[in-house]
Amino acid sequence: MDFSFLQDSGELILKGFWVTLRVFLASGLIALVVGTLVAVARVSPVPVMRGVGAAYVTIFRNTPLLLLLFITYYGLPAMNISFGFFWNVSLAAGLYTAAFVCEALRSGINGVPLGQAEAARAIGMPFTMTMTQVVLPQAFRLVVPPMASVFIALAKNTSLVAALGLADLAFRLQGLLRDYPSSRTAAFLTIAFMYIVIVAAISLLAGWAERRWKVVTR
Amino acid sequence: MSSVLFDVPGPKARRRHRILTVLTVLGIVAVVAAVIWRFWTTGQFDPDLWEVFVTPDYMVFIAEGLYYTLLAAVLAIIGALAFGMLFGIGKLSDHAWIRWPCWLIVEFFRAVPLYILITYLWALYRFQIEILAPLVIGLILYNGSVLAETVRAGINAVPRGQVEAAYALGMRKNAVMRIVQLPQAIKIMTPAIISQCIVAMKDTSLGYIVVAPGLTYAGRQIWREFENHLQVALVLGVIYILANSCLELLGRFAQRRLTESRTVDMAIDPADPTLAPR
Repeated sequence: MDFSFLQDSGELILKGFWVTLRVFLASGLIALVVGTLVAVARVSPVPVMRGVGAAYVTIFRNTPLLLLLFITYYGLPAMNISFGFFWNVSLAAGLYTAAFVCEALRSGINGVPLGQAEAARAIGMPFTMTMTQVVLPQAFRLVVPPMASVFIALAKNTSLVAALGLADLAFRLQGLLRDYPSSRTAAFLTIAFMYIVIVAAISLLAGWAERRWKVVTR
Repeated sequence: MSSVLFDVPGPKARRRHRILTVLTVLGIVAVVAAVIWRFWTTGQFDPDLWEVFVTPDYMVFIAEGLYYTLLAAVLAIIGALAFGMLFGIGKLSDHAWIRWPCWLIVEFFRAVPLYILITYLWALYRFQIEILAPLVIGLILYNGSVLAETVRAGINAVPRGQVEAAYALGMRKNAVMRIVQLPQAIKIMTPAIISQCIVAMKDTSLGYIVVAPGLTYAGRQIWREFENHLQVALVLGVIYILANSCLELLGRFAQRRLTESRTVDMAIDPADPTLAPR
């Protein structure tokens, strides 16, 4: 294996790493906000809102991310709406991941002991307060492991933006594979390693958060 | 659970719910109307852009794409199941020299994005276009690794007493796995396997990046000719949603069918996310 391409392309690869990280953070933020809203809608007392939440999840979970990217990348400008290249693609990744965030949160809401919500209601809290003061704070802690896997999936999925020409890690790999045919495997392992770094960082963070915020049941 | 989050609504709450219902409906209508209006003002409803989807020649072309997509998905699932069984059992092996390589391979392919895996495999095939191999092999390696985890968790979820009883009857390790653990584990794993099928089905869309035959390839050919990217993406999205909804229904049916069985204690460890029904 020949790693000499790192001398010439090292800087480009690091730039790609930075782009990947930015897309990940931007779409992660969108996913977290939209996903939480959809999750609340899915457990709300109003049947229509529950229906809307369920429809959102069905649609966005069953459409391949690549097609969503096409819709925001080609479709939005065609409709004269554009948030700029970067935000258009981050929006697709964020909305797609929001469906999974919603499902993870909902499983967390379902995992909060029944007594908690019942107690909140018994002291007269309305739905909004039950959610914001009692259930959601506990649900967020319970969902750390499933949420971590959602965000790991997002970190890997951001590679799809390379298909549209955003110069992230995966895009750099395509260039390396063409420019250095003799060190294909080395290039692949280098880029794979950088993704694994991101994935490992998320896992470590999640492990730390899980220990730190563990719900202590007495 | 969601039912204990709120009381049976009284007159005030009912009025509030009605208001919220109306607001939600109005919001949805507003969004849909805005999209339609945008479509209209920017000429996205132009029949020239949509006509291709009802032209028989192109419908056959899309159907052909669907055939290749389904073919890739089926091949990938079969391969991934075999891969997952092999490595899942390998990870549970008593011998460290089998366990460790299996662990390493599974963890590596689970952590690497499918996109760069497929791109790399495509480079190994010297960037040949219109072949399914890089896509299918990539899907097998990735989904197989995920399934390996599922298999391992499924086998561990089989009640301990079953294994002990089998050993007490004098079965060997091999027979215990083959006759006692695997059949029960497969029952437990079925919902997780079907949701992985949906993932594999969606990921076949990545055939686009390696120019492999399939729905997204057919879509690319169409939009190159008619310049209707948005319309193609919407139509393909609908096809994917329909296909995946069928799979989801199948999954729900299988889960109901299997969990109603009285022969296995289906209590799944909630701490194990790999087996949690999606």
